[in-house]
Amino acid sequence: MKKNTFKHSPLPYLLIAPQMVIIAVFFVWPAIQSVNLSFYLEDPFGLSSTFVGLQNYRETLTNDFYYRSVRFTAIFSTLVTFFSLAIALLLAVKADNIIRARSTYKILIIWPYAVAPAVAGLLAVFLFDSHVGPLYALFNQLWAFDHKLDPFDASLAVILVAVWKQVSVNFVYFMAGLQSIPQAVKEASTIDCQSGFKRFWTITFPLLAPTTFFLLVINITYAFFETFAIIDTLTRGRPGGETTTLVYKVYQDGFLGADLGGSSAQSVILMVFVMILTVIQFRFIEKKIHY
Amino acid sequence: MRKFLALSITMAVSGASIAATNITWWHAMGGQLGDTVNKISSDFNAAQEACTIEPVYKGSYEELLTSGVAAFRAKQAPNIIQVYDAGAATIINAKGAVIPVTDLFAEADVAFDEDDYIAGVRNFYADSDGKMIGMPFNSSTPILYYNKDALAEAGVEPPKTWEDFETIAPKLKEAGYIGFSQSHTPWIFAENFHSRHNLQLADEANGYDAPATHILYNNPDMKMHFSKLKEWKDNGYYGYYGEGWGDNQTPFEKGEVAMWLGSSGSFGGVKEKAEFDFGTTYLPYWNSINDGKEYNTFIGGAALFAFNGYGKEQNACTASFFKFLSQSDTQAFWHKETGYVPITNAAYDLVKSEGYYDEEPAAETGILQLNQSGGEWTKGYRLGFYPQIREVMRREFTKFFNGDVSVDDAFATIESESDKLLARFAQTVKE
Repeated sequence: MKKNTFKHSPLPYLLIAPQMVIIAVFFVWPAIQSVNLSFYLEDPFGLSSTFVGLQNYRETLTNDFYYRSVRFTAIFSTLVTFFSLAIALLLAVKADNIIRARSTYKILIIWPYAVAPAVAGLLAVFLFDSHVGPLYALFNQLWAFDHKLDPFDASLAVILVAVWKQVSVNFVYFMAGLQSIPQAVKEASTIDCQSGFKRFWTITFPLLAPTTFFLLVINITYAFFETFAIIDTLTRGRPGGETTTLVYKVYQDGFLGADLGGSSAQSVILMVFVMILTVIQFRFIEKKIHY
Repeated sequence: MRKFLALSITMAVSGASIAATNITWWHAMGGQLGDTVNKISSDFNAAQEACTIEPVYKGSYEELLTSGVAAFRAKQAPNIIQVYDAGAATIINAKGAVIPVTDLFAEADVAFDEDDYIAGVRNFYADSDGKMIGMPFNSSTPILYYNKDALAEAGVEPPKTWEDFETIAPKLKEAGYIGFSQSHTPWIFAENFHSRHNLQLADEANGYDAPATHILYNNPDMKMHFSKLKEWKDNGYYGYYGEGWGDNQTPFEKGEVAMWLGSSGSFGGVKEKAEFDFGTTYLPYWNSINDGKEYNTFIGGAALFAFNGYGKEQNACTASFFKFLSQSDTQAFWHKETGYVPITNAAYDLVKSEGYYDEEPAAETGILQLNQSGGEWTKGYRLGFYPQIREVMRREFTKFFNGDVSVDDAFATIESESDKLLARFAQTVKE
């Protein structure tokens, strides 16, 4: 097969250069560093380091608690992703149907996006305070809620806050997706199909699929990495270490515990895991999407 | 123009006259503690002209140590860094990172006698020969706070031993109180439990002689104590409200529990919040283990370390600041403002002679307890990766109190995970 090559100016390269530099400095370089560090055991002050080969990996992968946090991370990310997408989609569809005061609703739903995760966590600390927190009082009336001692309740609390924080972003994208569906398609589907429910699943949702896929990737990343601040302020991985996500564990061991080799190994494992996840998403899920 | 000229001349002249040596001090004292730290620093700056100290607040103890480590690696370390008890092994085992206080004073020709310092305070940051590595600064020790009204209602006295507690707990329950709660289980019920009962807590002489590789927490005494705690919890005599410090302090301040085991440094905070009359007494011990003998607890809190790599002039300033900190009036001020114990015997005597403890007898408990007779294992401990070991303990204790694991399993896990961490740390230490 003959390949056609076109001559073009170096301008495009020049234009993406700043972004590439940023990626190299803030992602590629640290990533190389942590791969390197993960083969060493080093005292915190960096005065001596010993090459230990795969020992850091071996110790991480033979630690029971590591698997507990893998499990929690899996459950947590799945639930956060699912609920923040589902709720946002529901809200977007409803808000799209509203004619009057539509922008008011939109603004109200988008608002939480302006809240930084750490601030959201701090808000939650107050909401879940056992003496003055209204959410604590509410849940406590329903069952013996105690997020300081009960792992289930603590997980519920962090998931709730993480979902609340993310719904608004998803809402914006879904709203934009809905509004980009051509009016003619909508009208045609209204004529063809009586049931609004069926109409949504056969026409609207497939047309939203590219948006949903994009959001899926974004949300999984969010649940993995950006919920760190919520966990740090609300539960600190407690009780019994049951709300420790993988990222939080990297932080605990590396920053609080000053075990640089061990936490580097963990972050490399995490990086590989996220890469695999990304490949799966793009190879298998993306195929089902029509742009 | 003339005004400007005059101004710049004045500035130049005054600039020349305060050619003081600047040193920096990174600390973790926020809020009211931070104000006190700033006051001490400005007093030091005012007291002499050769040196200027700049205190910098760096967040929590953990965050501070992390920034200190990062700064050291980037060759931007401050002159002085405050390091908390659990981080002591990290900094002391990093050979060459810091100048031992004893050497710092010797180098700067500042007279210094280690025996001036209260024993329980001095030993914690010293090496196995007793040479002081860190400068004790804010030291506290666990004591028992009790709600006088609650105890009077139940018609009981504060317990001296845990055996005493078992007899008064039902009465407190009858009066509508949970017997006690306590904050920071690893510090009080693991580390200080061993000191209070003169039990060894790790091999290599608690880690003083060499990096320890085996933790001794998995012992019958600890298991007995925790089995009792669980039994008390189930009976409503003991309240476990979570792993956070405040989770367990608040119920005491709200008058729900009658007694609270906390830090002597919490004195000011409790005084501000509690709406009842409270007293303090020593940390209870098991008569069955101690056979009537009482041992001192050791400290928590933090010490100051002088980073290596600065010239003679700056080190001399650091030494003179440490000297200033140890002065009786500075210590007395710090002690009264914060509730941390005075670090020298002279400062303690000064505060006592002023009659402060007649007004505030509760403020003296910590010092008296630290000055109780010592045993072989009451000096402290020096364990690597200890912040993570504490996290393992918190985890297992919660699971144990929730009834998810047995006492044997909890301590077996603590032992095996801690030993792994200790072994890892030992590998990082090179002589």
